[in-house]
Amino acid sequence: MSSVPASAFLALALILFCIGLYGALTKRNTVIVLISIELMLNAVNINLVTFSKYGMAPSITGQIFALFAISVAAAEAAVGLAILIALYRTKKTVNIDEMDTMKN
Amino acid sequence: MENAWLIPLFPLISFLILLLFGKRLKEASAYVGILLTLASLIYSILVLFERFSEPTYVTKFDWLTIGDFHLTAGFEVNQLNALMLFIVSLVSFLVHTYSKGYMHGDERFHVFYAYLGLFTFAMLGLVISPNLLQTYIFWELVGVGSFLLIGFYFYKEEAKAAAKKAFIMTRIGDVGLFIGMALLFWQTKSFEYSDIFAAVDAGQVSGTMITLTAILIFIGAVGKSGQFPLHTWLPDAMEGPTPVSALIHAATMVAAGVYLVASLFPLFSASHTALMTVAVIGGFTAIFAASIGLVQTDIKRVLAYSTVSQLGYMMLALGSAGYVAGVFHLMTHAFFKALLFLAAGSVIHAVHTQDIEEMGGLWKKLKLTGPLFLIGTLAISGVPLLSGFFSKDEILAAAWEGGHPVLFVLALVAAFFTAFYMFRLFFMVFTGEARGNQKHVHESPSVMTFPMIILGVLAVVAGYVNTPWFGTFLGDWLVDGNEALAAHGHHEGPVWIMILATVVSLLGIYLAWLIYGKRSVSRNWLSGSGDMMHTVLLNKYYVDEFYQLTIVVITKGISYFLRFIDTFLVEGIVKGITGFVQGLGATGSKMQSGQVQTYGAVAFIGLALLAVIYALTGGYLR
Repeated sequence: MSSVPASAFLALALILFCIGLYGALTKRNTVIVLISIELMLNAVNINLVTFSKYGMAPSITGQIFALFAISVAAAEAAVGLAILIALYRTKKTVNIDEMDTMKN
Repeated sequence: MENAWLIPLFPLISFLILLLFGKRLKEASAYVGILLTLASLIYSILVLFERFSEPTYVTKFDWLTIGDFHLTAGFEVNQLNALMLFIVSLVSFLVHTYSKGYMHGDERFHVFYAYLGLFTFAMLGLVISPNLLQTYIFWELVGVGSFLLIGFYFYKEEAKAAAKKAFIMTRIGDVGLFIGMALLFWQTKSFEYSDIFAAVDAGQVSGTMITLTAILIFIGAVGKSGQFPLHTWLPDAMEGPTPVSALIHAATMVAAGVYLVASLFPLFSASHTALMTVAVIGGFTAIFAASIGLVQTDIKRVLAYSTVSQLGYMMLALGSAGYVAGVFHLMTHAFFKALLFLAAGSVIHAVHTQDIEEMGGLWKKLKLTGPLFLIGTLAISGVPLLSGFFSKDEILAAAWEGGHPVLFVLALVAAFFTAFYMFRLFFMVFTGEARGNQKHVHESPSVMTFPMIILGVLAVVAGYVNTPWFGTFLGDWLVDGNEALAAHGHHEGPVWIMILATVVSLLGIYLAWLIYGKRSVSRNWLSGSGDMMHTVLLNKYYVDEFYQLTIVVITKGISYFLRFIDTFLVEGIVKGITGFVQGLGATGSKMQSGQVQTYGAVAFIGLALLAVIYALTGGYLR
């Protein structure tokens, strides 16, 4: 399996991150934005795992760190969705451009 | 004498009490003022008598310490100071008493007394100051008191303008005083009179510097004492209440300039040029103001010009090295001029006009004021046996001995003018037919006549402290124990000067009697023959107009130019800067849309840019 070079993993991570970033910055629906953020997080996880295998000093720490990130991301998604539902109840919308109370 | 500092404190207390409780005390304010100035007067008399037998008392404490230099404050009771304390507190007390009748019924009665207290405090503080800096502080306070009192009827436009004029014109002189003071400090490293005199005596200060500082300080005295060319404020200051004119513009504040020159006399006498300047300015002012006084028709303005002229006399005396003569005349003048002003106030109180063309025939109606006014007039004219005679004789002798024949003649002519216009005033007010509508002419209440009687007595007898016949007690006492002054003590003038002075003043009186008393000579005899001269005199030599056309116009031009710069250049720059900052803020606030996605995008772009720069520069900026 070692025929796949590290740059391929990194390119995948980069593409994933860019898609996630694009989605997070442009989509109106907050649920899509949250999903995009998950994409970005996972792009980071791929990077971590890649460097734990192909890095200057390969170590298991990177993979363990990725595990941590996944579990934290799961918790974050739960909390994020809960906040979103609470917001939806008060604002009757999930459109992110209508949530501009930071303006004042 | 150890407690002489209490003397100025009494009027200050009066000022504070009236400031706090004046509204409630109303006309009872007068008693506060009168009692406290009476306390000052009694104390001053005690100090004066104590000073006869004891040496000069000086005490001071450190006020500020800057490095090695100690700035001191304190008080000094020397002969001149003790005499001034007595004169100021006496006149102030009498004016306080007089005002109770004169200002009766005024809405701001208590304010008037408060101002009087403030002024008296400042003036008494001025005359016991042991150093120049303290003198300067009180000097300015005196100016403030004068400003407030001249502008007492502030609802009158003229009074407002006069108050401003007095303040600004004296300030012009004060700039000279300030520069002179600073130069003296620079040269001698001290503000103390004694240190300055010691330095001058030891030759530590160059001759040019002495002349320069003395003349600069004299400019301050010129402003305060209404000497030419800064004299025009004094006649205008007559817009103030008459007791104020008596207190400030006859006996005390205007004498401050003379006092300053007298107390710095050792400095002045070290420079011949400085003394000469003082004498010339004084002599010129004496005759200049006296000639204007010849034609004025406002009773107070005649007295004002006479004051300017008499102050010129004192300056002339000091400038001719007649220290005693100047101080002596300062004292006698304070008494008879205060008397004249108070009597004039009494006349105004009775007929409600200041125009002497509308008076006349008041001798029979004002049984007390008339004779008292006559006493003052005789004294100022230099009629023998009255106080003015002795002091004027002393001045003429000093001018003669000082070796300025021209100045001597000037003084003699001024004496003639003085006698003429003072008796012109007397005859026009008190004799002849009643002109104008005088309905309820009545003598003033006793609270007003009492101070006049005291001053009347003093105007007669004050001269006897220093006469060629009964000994020169005042002259000997003033220079006693002071080597710098000893050479400038009493001058035993030739007898012919005394006779000449008497003849001149009697001639003036006779001429005034011919024209205004007996009316055997037409009033137009003089004014008709010199029509142009009469107009020039009536307009006070157009000095005011001259200032208006030159200094005022130039100053206004400069200020308009500066205002132009201010509105268009300075304000333009400021407006530009504020506009730029405001625009920046508006743009910035527009960016705060609350859209999280926009924020994120901007943050990302910024990060990306940083990364690009990082990549291009290889890690660090060059």
